[in-house]
Amino acid sequence: MTFPPDDVKSPGLWPSGRFRRSGKRQLREEGARSALIAAGSTVIFFGLVVWWILSSEFWPAVQKQFFNPENFAEAWPDVVGDISLGFKSSFPFIDFQGSGFWLNIYMFLIAEVLILIFALILAMIRALRGPAFFPLRALVIVFIDLIRGVPIILLILLLGFGVPALQLPGVPRSELFWGVTTLVISYSAYTAEVYRAGIESVHESQRMSARSLGLTQFKALRYVIVPQAIRNVIPALLNGFVSLQKDVALVFVLGIREAVREAGIYTAATFNYTSYIAATVLFLLVSVPVARFTDWYTERDRRRRQAVGAA
Amino acid sequence: MTPKVELRNVVKAFDDKVVLRDVDLEVDPHEVVCLIGSSGSGKSTLLKCVNLLVDIDDGDILLDGNVITDGSVNPNDVRQKMGIVFQAFNLFPHMTVLDNIILAPTKVHGVDQAAARDRAAELLEQFGLLDKIEEYPDRLSGGQQQRVAVVRALATRPGLMLFDEVTSALDPELVAEVLGVIKGLKEDGMTMIIATHEMGFARDVADEVCFLDSGVILEQGPPQQIFKNPQQARTRQFLQRIMDAGRL
Repeated sequence: MTFPPDDVKSPGLWPSGRFRRSGKRQLREEGARSALIAAGSTVIFFGLVVWWILSSEFWPAVQKQFFNPENFAEAWPDVVGDISLGFKSSFPFIDFQGSGFWLNIYMFLIAEVLILIFALILAMIRALRGPAFFPLRALVIVFIDLIRGVPIILLILLLGFGVPALQLPGVPRSELFWGVTTLVISYSAYTAEVYRAGIESVHESQRMSARSLGLTQFKALRYVIVPQAIRNVIPALLNGFVSLQKDVALVFVLGIREAVREAGIYTAATFNYTSYIAATVLFLLVSVPVARFTDWYTERDRRRRQAVGAA
Repeated sequence: MTPKVELRNVVKAFDDKVVLRDVDLEVDPHEVVCLIGSSGSGKSTLLKCVNLLVDIDDGDILLDGNVITDGSVNPNDVRQKMGIVFQAFNLFPHMTVLDNIILAPTKVHGVDQAAARDRAAELLEQFGLLDKIEEYPDRLSGGQQQRVAVVRALATRPGLMLFDEVTSALDPELVAEVLGVIKGLKEDGMTMIIATHEMGFARDVADEVCFLDSGVILEQGPPQQIFKNPQQARTRQFLQRIMDAGRL
């Protein structure tokens, strides 16, 4: 018998099915082996790092200041905060009574929704063409340039302390209101640029095609360009989520009792920094999953596009 | 319903490159005019000028005797009276075939959703695409996509259709199905301006053929005259090259 036989495809003479199965099994075994090696080397590597840290002569002092379980347990409830008080009234959810990390989450959610809407409006105005829209476009460009050029902490101080100090009639004086407003203004400028990149990534022929059907500039954006643009920039928008989720903490300078402020109050009273570690843990609990999701989504989207490209 | 189109001394330049120079053209209702000529001769630009996708630098374009290029007319109103189909299909990839087709009727012409659907289904059936109504464009072949693009342009019942080299991006075996659709439109009496590289098709379908060379209509006449007895040396040279390539 020659090897390989001439009629490999014939199921009677050559048990190709069995071969395929054993091929798969072999692959699976190799996969399991790599996973085992990866797990083993990870355990050894991190084990060594942890052992090296814990055996250091400075570790006891570090642990006392930063990783003290008693201080952690003591500070935790205040840093996490209280959500049970909820809202004084329902819509439009501006009088949230909670504190600590719950307040961070509340500010993040409110700000993110407003940012996504406001930034899209800015980006769409900027994408309008023709001389008639020049003043609007110029206004948006100046706004974006100015806001992006100023440190966010400076904006928070300016609006959060400055505007309430004016005591203008009818203008809210709540630090929470101005803190969130500043985040929305600042992040909208950046997010508008993300949207703009998305709008510019849609091929010009799509706009031409939409216009040729009689759609106005706005309708062409609304129905044809923006839906494609948003899909193209979802990973970048998710990155913005992670970033905002952390920057929300900056409003602590206004005296808002969110997680970082609460942690600071604890530290001031006890000279122990474990409360900051508690706040750190909370921020990581939210931002790491979002970051992982962003990666997963980006990879899935990339694969889908490649599949379409190949078809 | 079917308009008359006139171009008078139309000039168009991109920066300092003149693409159309003093072009005169008349297209009567129900007439089919084919524009032939090498790439870069100005065929596509001429069509985009008629659709107001490109602003002209001098001259006038008239629709039913009214000037549409002096800035007094809303381009969207003009575009609603005509349909254009492009070389690269330009379907909207995030919408199904149906949504592509009913977008303009529902959002521009104010047709209600159900009526627009019926019209879309009717056209798709006529073009043998009814089974693709819920598909996304990237699941269709090039020929199917281009036929959907024709349906999309027809959905608003235009009186004038512009075709911009609609078979140039297709595999050779898919060309016929799209050309067949255009021939069907001629039988229905549609006024059409067709830029094409398919000489055999131009000969069959055109009432009038225009040979463009460097932005000028160098020669114009019925297809028999242009293809059998061209008067200009440039036209003869162009047709000879086409014949040498086995395309006529």
